[in-house]
Amino acid sequence: MEHLSHDIVIVGGGAAGLRAAIATVELQPKLDVAVVSKVYPMRSHTVSAEGGMAAVLRDYDSLDSHAYDTIKGSDFLADQDTVEFFVKEAPREAIQLEHWGCPFSRDPDGRISSRAFGGMSVKRTLYATDKIGFHLLHTLFQTTLKYENIHRYDEWFVTSLLLDNGRIDGVTAIEIRTGELVTILAKAVIIATGGCGRIFQFTTNGWIKTGDGMAMAYRAGVPLKDMEMVQYHPTLLPNTGILITEAARGEGGHLLNKDGERFLKRYVPGKMELGPRDILSRAEMTEIKEGRAFEGPYGAYVHLDLTHLGEEVIEEKLPFVKELAERYLGIDPANEPIPVRPGQHYQMGGVHTDVHGFTGMPGLYAAGEVACVSMNGANRLGSNSLTECLVFGAEAGKAAAQYALKENSRSFGNPVQGLAMTEEKRIFDELMKHEQGERISTIRTEMQTSMENHVGIYRDESSLKEGCRIIGHLKERLKNGIVEDKDRVYNTELVSALEMDFMLDIAETIPYSALARQESRGAHSRTDFPKRDDLRFLKHSMAYSSVGPPRIDFSPVTITRWKPEERVY
Amino acid sequence: MDTATIRVTRYRPEKDSKPYFQDYKVPYRKDMVVLDALNYIKANIDGSLTYRWSCRMGVCGSCGANVDGTPKLTCASFLHEFKGRTITVEPLPNFPVVKDLVVNMEDFMEKLVKIKPWIIREKETPLEQGEYKQSPEELERYQQFSSCINCMLCYSACPIYGLNEKFLGPAAIALAYRYIEDSRDQGKSLRFPIVHEMEGVWECTLVGECSVVCPKGVDPMLAIQKTKILGATNALRSILMPRGGR
Repeated sequence: MEHLSHDIVIVGGGAAGLRAAIATVELQPKLDVAVVSKVYPMRSHTVSAEGGMAAVLRDYDSLDSHAYDTIKGSDFLADQDTVEFFVKEAPREAIQLEHWGCPFSRDPDGRISSRAFGGMSVKRTLYATDKIGFHLLHTLFQTTLKYENIHRYDEWFVTSLLLDNGRIDGVTAIEIRTGELVTILAKAVIIATGGCGRIFQFTTNGWIKTGDGMAMAYRAGVPLKDMEMVQYHPTLLPNTGILITEAARGEGGHLLNKDGERFLKRYVPGKMELGPRDILSRAEMTEIKEGRAFEGPYGAYVHLDLTHLGEEVIEEKLPFVKELAERYLGIDPANEPIPVRPGQHYQMGGVHTDVHGFTGMPGLYAAGEVACVSMNGANRLGSNSLTECLVFGAEAGKAAAQYALKENSRSFGNPVQGLAMTEEKRIFDELMKHEQGERISTIRTEMQTSMENHVGIYRDESSLKEGCRIIGHLKERLKNGIVEDKDRVYNTELVSALEMDFMLDIAETIPYSALARQESRGAHSRTDFPKRDDLRFLKHSMAYSSVGPPRIDFSPVTITRWKPEERVY
Repeated sequence: MDTATIRVTRYRPEKDSKPYFQDYKVPYRKDMVVLDALNYIKANIDGSLTYRWSCRMGVCGSCGANVDGTPKLTCASFLHEFKGRTITVEPLPNFPVVKDLVVNMEDFMEKLVKIKPWIIREKETPLEQGEYKQSPEELERYQQFSSCINCMLCYSACPIYGLNEKFLGPAAIALAYRYIEDSRDQGKSLRFPIVHEMEGVWECTLVGECSVVCPKGVDPMLAIQKTKILGATNALRSILMPRGGR
């Protein structure tokens, strides 16, 4: 079997992965870094982020204010030392991105413009119209092109981590265009594969968000932290799940029920449309349940009304919202309200890491949405995640580089070679050889529906147990899944089958972690335990892979300066 | 149930000596895009149908195809926009086909590096000194050219690239111009020769097919025109003022 070797392998080419790549070679230009991504990096899902990225750049703002907003937003489940580190590094990362060429929107004096965002007390969300993710991703990607020692493996799908006595030695990956399984040896591996929204039916996430890196780290023995914390965003287009940015509300948009009432006055009177996402999504669900929403072919919805903002503001600050509403709904947001409903958007939980992206397993790092560095706790504030990718991507890159500089090159001997052979057999001699069985797409649809129905915005013991049961059953059924396409070349159905296998592992950790957390906190709403319970659950859930269902443990939350208090807006 | 026929190019290099069309019947709904139809086929009829996609909201740039003869993003093209109930979906023209609708775009990836798409400074300003100031007017000068999603539709529509693959092409030139016009960048003198020494710029007759098919409102034709003018002036200046008049 062919094998390649690099100092560092970065799995994923979105914001966190690319920022990590630049950080490694900036620390030591001689380091030889591989960015391995299942898509061309500019296709990564970072591209879809719209509203902005948070960082304290103005005199009217302070690091403490950003930290407190983030901690309160997290319903006090964030590790406060991590948050303090994050807010301190954020301005530098924002300026760095600007120096690399990100076309930020500008104030008349030439400074980067900032806008209001949910849960943030002041305007600190830096933006590039309403396409910050697109611009950030392309800026980072184009910047990586100037470093000769950043090698790319575009459209390579990483299938497993290679372990040698509890230490990472590299990865196995399929070169999609040839269908060959290749071993890529590395002293350090940084996982930056993003979230796992596609385990849910109704999500803003792109097709590629299948939690691959989470599953690989989990299988390797690293715990997945706070997986029950799934963010529902309040404004998705009802038929497609396409995201309408929070910036629409940051710029003054209103949420209205079918009586034309700004219903949030009953839920978050102090913040209204700029309340945090978990509370707004639940408010919409209550309006729907109590019959104050509109009924449409794709279920109930409410209105996001931008008509009072005027054409000019919409065109200048929200051109993408206009483009999306016009194209996908035939609505001009300057004249008509946009129908929206809540849907899955972001996974607060993920691969457990420290502030340096270190997972606890020698050689393995993670950053971005795939990781749970514990800055988002039970609910992430909008516009913190891109900054998180930059701050902790850079941090993981530096940490991995320092580690790699001390280590010797890995050799293609055992146990790595044996593991690679086993992987080859699993994929090409077993999975690909199944002639009869179920389509992967059938299993996928059932998983997505069941996660939506049993592990959604509101949960209780019986719904979660049903979720656990169904996912367990689907895992059994996947063993008889078939890949109809028997080609080696560019087999997207095979990639989907392997992603499906990853997704079911991830999906299973969510209801199990949610069952263990017998309280309601942030995005996690148990109707049978409606109150937050700091005495029992001011701690992180940790899901460990084991034979059978995941084992759930807990670990402490770090509190520094902000004592947990009731979260009222 | 109302149905449509999707006529898709199939080409699997391990089996097929040349491409052929295969017809699939899909449900026809007013709110369905071409990508939905492809996804319906893959999930319910034929798992081997091969194409790229991800964001399904017109920004990742993965899902371009030639739909009824025009390069389009399949996620942004509704079935009802096309005349008949049989819609032809082919791989983007002017690229080698890898499999079915998947084309090889390595040529563009190499060209992208050539134009040095990053900020070039004679001297870096320390981050502690804050952002480089840029007025809204200065932003405006390059903003539209920074909106390219690398979807390759313009290369498919470009008659010059179709004849001469050495042509740098619309998206790469638009990106070069994006950096040339960025007030923070000081790499103009490095980029002009790259754009001008590449074959094809002067053959571009400014037909403007690239700008017509662009799904993001970028006008590569304008970028090509402007680089020609700026480049000519720059070349003249370097002859008249060899010590680097600015």
